[in-house]
Amino acid sequence: MAMHEPLIFTHSRAGRRAAGQYPREVEAKVPEHLRRKRPAALPEVSELQAVRHFTRLSQLNFSIDTHFYPLGSCTMKYNPRACNELAMLPGFLARHPLAPENLSQGFLACLYELQEMLKEVTGMKGVSLTPMAGAQGEFAGVAMIRAYHRARGDHERTEIIVPDAAHGTNPATATMCGCTVIEIPSLPNGDIDLDALKQALGPKTAGIMLTNPSTLGVFERNIREVARLVHEAGGLLYYDGANLNAILGKVRPGDMGFDVIHMNLHKTFSTPHGGGGPGSGAVGVGERLLPFLPVPIAAKEGERYRWLDERDLPQTIGRLSAFMGNAGVLLRAYVYMRMLGREGMHRVADFAALNANYLLARLRAEGFDAAYPERRASHEFIITLKRQAKELGVNAMDFAKRLLDYGFHAPTTYFPLLVPECLLIEPTETEAKEDLDAFVAAMVAIQREAEQDAAKVKGAPYTLPVRRLDDVRAAKQLDLAYVEPEQGA
Amino acid sequence: MPFIPHTEADVREMLATIGAPSIEALFEEIPAELRTRELTGIPPALNEMEIARLMHERAQQDGTPLNFIGAGAYDHHIPSAVWAIVTRGEFYSAYTPYQAEASQGTLQLLYEYQTMMTRLTGMQVSNASLYDGASALAEAALMAVRAHRRSKSARILVPATVNPTYRQVAHTITEGQRLSFDVVPYEPALGTFDPKRLAQYEGQDITAVVIQQPNFFGLFEDVDAITDWAHANGALVIAVVNPLSLALLKPPGEWGTKGVDIVVGDGQPLGVPLSSGGPYFGFMTTRMEHVRQMPGRIIGRTVDLDGKPGYTLTLQAREQHIRRSKATSNICTNQGLLVTAATIYMSIMGAEGLERVAATSQQQTTALVEALTRIPGVTLAFDGLRFHEAVLRLDRPVAPLLAALAERGIVGGYDLSRHYPELGHALLVCATEKRTDEDIARYAGALAELLKSA
Repeated sequence: MAMHEPLIFTHSRAGRRAAGQYPREVEAKVPEHLRRKRPAALPEVSELQAVRHFTRLSQLNFSIDTHFYPLGSCTMKYNPRACNELAMLPGFLARHPLAPENLSQGFLACLYELQEMLKEVTGMKGVSLTPMAGAQGEFAGVAMIRAYHRARGDHERTEIIVPDAAHGTNPATATMCGCTVIEIPSLPNGDIDLDALKQALGPKTAGIMLTNPSTLGVFERNIREVARLVHEAGGLLYYDGANLNAILGKVRPGDMGFDVIHMNLHKTFSTPHGGGGPGSGAVGVGERLLPFLPVPIAAKEGERYRWLDERDLPQTIGRLSAFMGNAGVLLRAYVYMRMLGREGMHRVADFAALNANYLLARLRAEGFDAAYPERRASHEFIITLKRQAKELGVNAMDFAKRLLDYGFHAPTTYFPLLVPECLLIEPTETEAKEDLDAFVAAMVAIQREAEQDAAKVKGAPYTLPVRRLDDVRAAKQLDLAYVEPEQGA
Repeated sequence: MPFIPHTEADVREMLATIGAPSIEALFEEIPAELRTRELTGIPPALNEMEIARLMHERAQQDGTPLNFIGAGAYDHHIPSAVWAIVTRGEFYSAYTPYQAEASQGTLQLLYEYQTMMTRLTGMQVSNASLYDGASALAEAALMAVRAHRRSKSARILVPATVNPTYRQVAHTITEGQRLSFDVVPYEPALGTFDPKRLAQYEGQDITAVVIQQPNFFGLFEDVDAITDWAHANGALVIAVVNPLSLALLKPPGEWGTKGVDIVVGDGQPLGVPLSSGGPYFGFMTTRMEHVRQMPGRIIGRTVDLDGKPGYTLTLQAREQHIRRSKATSNICTNQGLLVTAATIYMSIMGAEGLERVAATSQQQTTALVEALTRIPGVTLAFDGLRFHEAVLRLDRPVAPLLAALAERGIVGGYDLSRHYPELGHALLVCATEKRTDEDIARYAGALAELLKSA
């Protein structure tokens, strides 16, 4: 494993080039006052130097392909290689998004069938694949709720209720849509406080944003009551599908009473995380919100496929991307869903829950504290290290960093904010029992280290390309772009 | 059951450890009335061989026609090394670099990317990408409103020569907030925006002016005059640019006397295939003074406990996971994999490579225009100097011609009649460095035949 690789700019030498990639030299026709006077200071390296540099950089990363990656709420399951290869077939890869419909029938067929499958697993009536990330899907959902109320003349409804355990994108989205956020508390057992909900509901309620299972890793048992109360108050229910992996094939958001849902295709449907994207936040709606879906949408008429746009949906909230969303990601999700098929779709949650509950049981047996000990884990669960922090001075961050030395990517830390010193752990269904056992063994070893030599744990990691990084300095002494030491950039 | 490693023995042992009688029991908290019956709408599973066959058939159905459309997505050659490295598992299946020590590969790459984008655009700081060029414009507008403390109007001037879909997306995304976009007409005889049209806004409270260069028709705008007018009138300037064109053109950081304030665009031309519309990536660069108003992830260089340089997510207090309802934007992901491709592409090609690609694309478009305008019934709409796209006027409706060309395996261009009806039967064509003289001759031959026969 490469341990250090200098910046690409340090490999540059004036005049060095990858000439095999260049078209022949021609003169450009640009008026003098618009012409670039000095070339941009991009790298001047050979093709091998570039290949070596970026290959070595890749070796500095943890990834699903190399490490167990139990990041709660991120669903780090195996990204099947077939999805990548088939999404990148020449016919799909070379296709221009604005190519005529008669040259897009194969592509449209995949998208249409993906829409239909997503409708089926979520129990919704319509799906748009255009949002390019979960947060864009959330935006579409809240924007549709607002559009619905306004179309009915209900301009007063501008409040969105959000549980305090919600992912940060929820309240951020509500604000982006011009709504006011009303936060309500969760009970100690992880369910929503129904009394607080009743107090928050009123004539100004546009809707509520919920994740179920919640970010606390437990199923919202009162969901039907919540749905009833919100609908009675004239509001709509938005479902944050980040945790869909827990309930896929078991219960459908549409059946729970939700009016709109977003799905994270890069979580539940295993499209690659790519070092932080691209994602895809497909959005599904019930009857009430069908007219407002973002465009374009794939449609089938007889045996032919076509795009629906503003002319077909005059009340659409509009477009979220220049073309039709992250098409390549959608194709990967389609391949994955076809490979799971009907039987597979039911089994995902089975084994996600089995792995999560097994890991929870083993960790509890080894003395770790579950945040919600009386509850079943969904596809993830929370361990709190509050006790270790108090008694040993070793906190969740320290455990996380030391886990890296043991060859595991750490779980999600410090989210949700409600549980102090928490680790949110989501093994996913694609992990084998031995890997879960190895993780438990590492946690036990770190606990022992914490008891015997706290400083050792607090100084982790030791075996990675860098030791713990100075975040305070990163924010205070901003170095966000490389400046050559001798001259300016 | 693909991708599930559990044996029956595994399941038995695990249930015993949990103390549950069956996997079903793990779902007992879900009310029985809500439980799904069989998902009959999902077809039975296909194994990899079967789905591969289906996908090959569908991809072949659409074929690989000869492409002459640009309109925001461009067909450039991508060195094989780029995606060979991008699809390495260590990049492909890594996640957001929340544990910085375990993600130095991704983080250093993003820092290198940020550096390259500041140099390409002539600005001081870049983020680690947004979703695409259109949503980046929306984010730039929101950012301008936040950053411009003295302006209260939240009015953004947008010339009609800015990509119409970008304008639509900007409207959709900012709709819930107090912004307004004033679309300022262009000169239909010239295809460009006349800065004199801004005079009517003199003395008014304008928050920002948007300039696209080259504009949607591929023509060069008078960026210096527009930039200077905006600044003189107290407005910020948002530039929307094709990053490849910046190999030839003066970067936005050098427009006018002071340079622009925010630069956005779509990075697709830099090593990202057309891929039927996405994923691409949006880029954003700005002045250092606005960095705290910039949305999206930002990577900073720092040191570790031993004083070694390292890279980490920084200025996270702007973002949703900390500020929640007060965040600069709700954005969470960036477009990591695509940025990886662009960074490798820019490293292999260098400034000289980009210059060659840009110049050759411009030349091939000129050759295309010459070949097509030799056909009776086809004229060049606008005379001005352009990058690698051009508007042609035809003597009859464009849509049926495009359909007929498609039957002949040619994607002829983008029909402008919907967004710019005042131009009549107008077609936006593009030829990149990938379109050879033979390709152009084939297009010209097919079009000539079609125009003769009707």
